[in-house]
Amino acid sequence: MTSQTGTWSTDEMMTIAAARSLHDGQACFVGIGLPSTAANLARRLHAPELVLIYESGTIDTRPDELPLSIGDGNLADSALTVVSVPEIFNYWLQPGRIDVGFLSGAQLDRMGNINTTVIGEYDEPDVRLPGSGGAPEIAASCREVIVVMRHKLRAFVESVDFVTSVGYGDGPRDRGLLGLRGAGPVQVITDLGMLEPDPETFELVLTSLHQGVSIEEVRAETGWELVVTADLKITTPPSVEELTTLRGMRTVGSSDRRDPPSGTAATRSVGIGVGVGVGEDAP
Amino acid sequence: MAKIVSLPQAVSELVRDNDTVALEGFTHLIPFAAGHEIIRQGRRGLTLVRMTPDLVYDQLIGAGCASKLVFSWGGNPGVGSLHRMRDALATGWPVPLEIEEHSHAGMANRYVAGASGLPFAVLRGYAGTDLPEHTASISSVTCPFTGEELAAVSAVNPDVTIVHAQRADRSGNVQLWGITGVQKEAVLAARRAIVTVEELVDELTPVPGAVVLPTWVLDAVAVAPGGAAPSYAHGYYHRDNTAYREWDAISRDREAFTRWLKSVKEAGA
Repeated sequence: MTSQTGTWSTDEMMTIAAARSLHDGQACFVGIGLPSTAANLARRLHAPELVLIYESGTIDTRPDELPLSIGDGNLADSALTVVSVPEIFNYWLQPGRIDVGFLSGAQLDRMGNINTTVIGEYDEPDVRLPGSGGAPEIAASCREVIVVMRHKLRAFVESVDFVTSVGYGDGPRDRGLLGLRGAGPVQVITDLGMLEPDPETFELVLTSLHQGVSIEEVRAETGWELVVTADLKITTPPSVEELTTLRGMRTVGSSDRRDPPSGTAATRSVGIGVGVGVGEDAP
Repeated sequence: MAKIVSLPQAVSELVRDNDTVALEGFTHLIPFAAGHEIIRQGRRGLTLVRMTPDLVYDQLIGAGCASKLVFSWGGNPGVGSLHRMRDALATGWPVPLEIEEHSHAGMANRYVAGASGLPFAVLRGYAGTDLPEHTASISSVTCPFTGEELAAVSAVNPDVTIVHAQRADRSGNVQLWGITGVQKEAVLAARRAIVTVEELVDELTPVPGAVVLPTWVLDAVAVAPGGAAPSYAHGYYHRDNTAYREWDAISRDREAFTRWLKSVKEAGA
């Protein structure tokens, strides 16, 4: 995309929009890949006191470079404290101390349920994905959940093949009936726009389009009859500061910085990690 | 008391065919050297337990050592899939593989129960997910005080747990630090325990946040410098991210993997 602030890719817009959704001072349980990039961007921009927590047990970590895995050494070196894996889940996540769970997935359905286990049948799947990691309990116990994933027809489905992590189950009452204490997915941020649960039905509806994207393009990549809110917004384009900061971030062990993209809305920048921890996985 | 022995001797004496074996280390301190020694000694029928199978179990599975995998996240961190694991599940190559799949919170609590001498652990987990219907070691329990229904997971008690640590003293007391994962629980849950270390030292200087495993809960300590590579040993060497990326091509192709396997076997000769 191009505007007066320059040119950016749809992935960059997604990451920046996701970063904006985190507020200074919040405690955020971070999945690797897209969520990790966005959370670290937020900390460099408007949320310097954002507390980043990774399932490897690193609390309030401030890595100079983006980790490739959820347990890289720079996460431990820059953390306020490092606790064991049983402790991070039992003492920190389970009681509901964490404000935001930041997740991705291979499939997401209209009720915000996430699949990172299998495409197809469990016993004889078409694609076997990495599995649960920390996601089921992050989705259950964080005060709220924000999902970041690329908007693809194969990923945005009517109903997930396997419920790895619960969004709103089958309807508005399910989280309460299941005893899930967090609010569930309050926002889904994609490379095309943003979705939020309808206040009545909890079905995900389109609330914002990124600049230059049409409703038809989003519908073409969504596997259910996507409802658009009456007050549909256009996402504020990236600022120069946001883009410059994002492009200055490096992943540990990689020599290159993020390249500025070369042009259109179809550009997909490379180098944003995928597939780790609770993140998405390209089949 | 732990005996200070060579790694081949430790594996030969303490890891048996058909054992339930846990090689733990959460991204950090993954005991690769021990895994390769198990491959060289040709163990078969193992039930492999690990939260994140990582490359080390992809290698053991591809080498035909395992008949079952118990895990909670099976990918190549930052890269993609574990292709040897996928191939074994889809086609039974080189031998069929069963799986028992959990979440991280569930697996961590199974080790906690095992280390605590309890038959199961309680957690808020799995509610509404599809995992319990596929995994027999997930159930539920009613709180006797509040009536609340909670998830229950059965304890894990490996026949042998193997972890890697930064160092041990000459009595076999072990010290590890950085991200310490679930290693303490995995060792204390096990019937037998082996620790590989970067080095033996005269005295264990205290390190903030370190886990210390007393010699009397261990069976063997073996010196294996670089034994966690291509994962890392905090304070000794970094994670070899290039090796993790390169594993993808090796793991995808049975012939490339077979060549890799030959090189591992020859390395011990």
